[in-house]
Amino acid sequence: MIDFLIEKSPELLIKFREHVILTGVSTSFAILVGVPLGILITRHKTIRGIVLAAAGVVQTIPSLAMLAFLLPLLGIGIKPAIVALTLYAFLPIIRNTYTGLTNISDEIIEAATGVGFTPKQMLCLVELPLALPVIFAGIRTAAVIGVGIATLSSFIGAGGLGDFINRGIALNNTKLILLGAGAAAILALTIDFFLGFVESLIWKRST
Amino acid sequence: MIQLWDVCKSFDGGKTFAVNHLSLTVHEGETLVLLGTSGCGKTTTLKMVNRLIEPDSGRMEVDGRNVLQQNPQDLRRSIGYTFQGIGLFPHMTVADNISIVLRLCGKSRQQRHDRAREMLEMVELDPQRFANCYPDQLSGGQQQRVGVARALAANPKYLLMDEPFGALDALTRDALQQQFLKLKNEFQKTVIFVTHDIIEALILADRIAVMHEGRIEQIGTKTEILQKPASQFVRDLFAKPAEQLKDFWTALS
Repeated sequence: MIDFLIEKSPELLIKFREHVILTGVSTSFAILVGVPLGILITRHKTIRGIVLAAAGVVQTIPSLAMLAFLLPLLGIGIKPAIVALTLYAFLPIIRNTYTGLTNISDEIIEAATGVGFTPKQMLCLVELPLALPVIFAGIRTAAVIGVGIATLSSFIGAGGLGDFINRGIALNNTKLILLGAGAAAILALTIDFFLGFVESLIWKRST
Repeated sequence: MIQLWDVCKSFDGGKTFAVNHLSLTVHEGETLVLLGTSGCGKTTTLKMVNRLIEPDSGRMEVDGRNVLQQNPQDLRRSIGYTFQGIGLFPHMTVADNISIVLRLCGKSRQQRHDRAREMLEMVELDPQRFANCYPDQLSGGQQQRVGVARALAANPKYLLMDEPFGALDALTRDALQQQFLKLKNEFQKTVIFVTHDIIEALILADRIAVMHEGRIEQIGTKTEILQKPASQFVRDLFAKPAEQLKDFWTALS
């Protein structure tokens, strides 16, 4: 087993890197779009239902089916994989941003309005800082889900640790399957642990 | 001077009025207490003065300027506001909470810092000990002191207070009421103070406006109201605590 690991380590490193990039890029896109969207739907009731429903529907589409849908539209490779992963990351990020902002107590909002905050100041100085722990929890969920789904994007030629799993299945090689699955699991746990640590720091600061 | 003319507010499209053709004047340096049972419209009246609630009709002036024609944010920054919920910002230190209005107005960090310490001393909290605390490390009474300090930090001429001491125990409330009187005499603020507590009204008020069902039943000094109640409602309102006090004295002796 050790020999096998040493033998595969150069390739493992490459695939690991691809996997981190897939997850990282898609989660970042989802944050850049999802957080503003989450803010927007606290201000505009009409689009709230539509946005949350759309993000919810996306979440129910099986990941393999989603990748298959995107294949004819965007071709094979990293592009459709990132689009799919971003779509999956939306729901936890949008929903947590919305929840975090709407859960701020009325008293704090009344005090802020009463002393003369403009809506923008209210958002930057009160609402976002107070919602940050909840928003961050959403980002953490999205990143961990992303690591899991990214293993499937190997099916459409986007690389990542899923390549080992696919090859292992094709060659009936358990070692290869375990290598890919194990590395993905370790990556997911590491990201979860690290973001959880950051989250606890944010909680400490904001309470 | 704060003046209201014929102000109305309905929350159900005109079926019932929370505030019904109300007019009143608060003179410079005066504390006017709006006194009444819950639902009488006293809080609604107060919140219309800094436009937390917009009136349906009527006219209001603060410092001779039409309230409804001012930018609401500028208006609110020029009027101190405290309420029972206090609403300290939990993610900011006590000093940052107190000096928040200065921050909104773009004052420097040093100015804010100095002012926060000054204000803490004014409300008799040790700046050394409390400036860098977070609100959840404070007792209810201390939090309300910080709330008052925040309302006074930008040195507003006017102060709106909505049952600020309502949630405090009797001893803490008494301490804060005494503090309020001291500050008031020192700085000559013009204050509207809302309460349902008759004793509190008698302690703090220069004049009392007794409200009932959106209207003012009677407005006047304590003596005027106690000696010449204008209606049965006013008589009953003050009779109850007097009775309770009598029972209290009987029990003591």
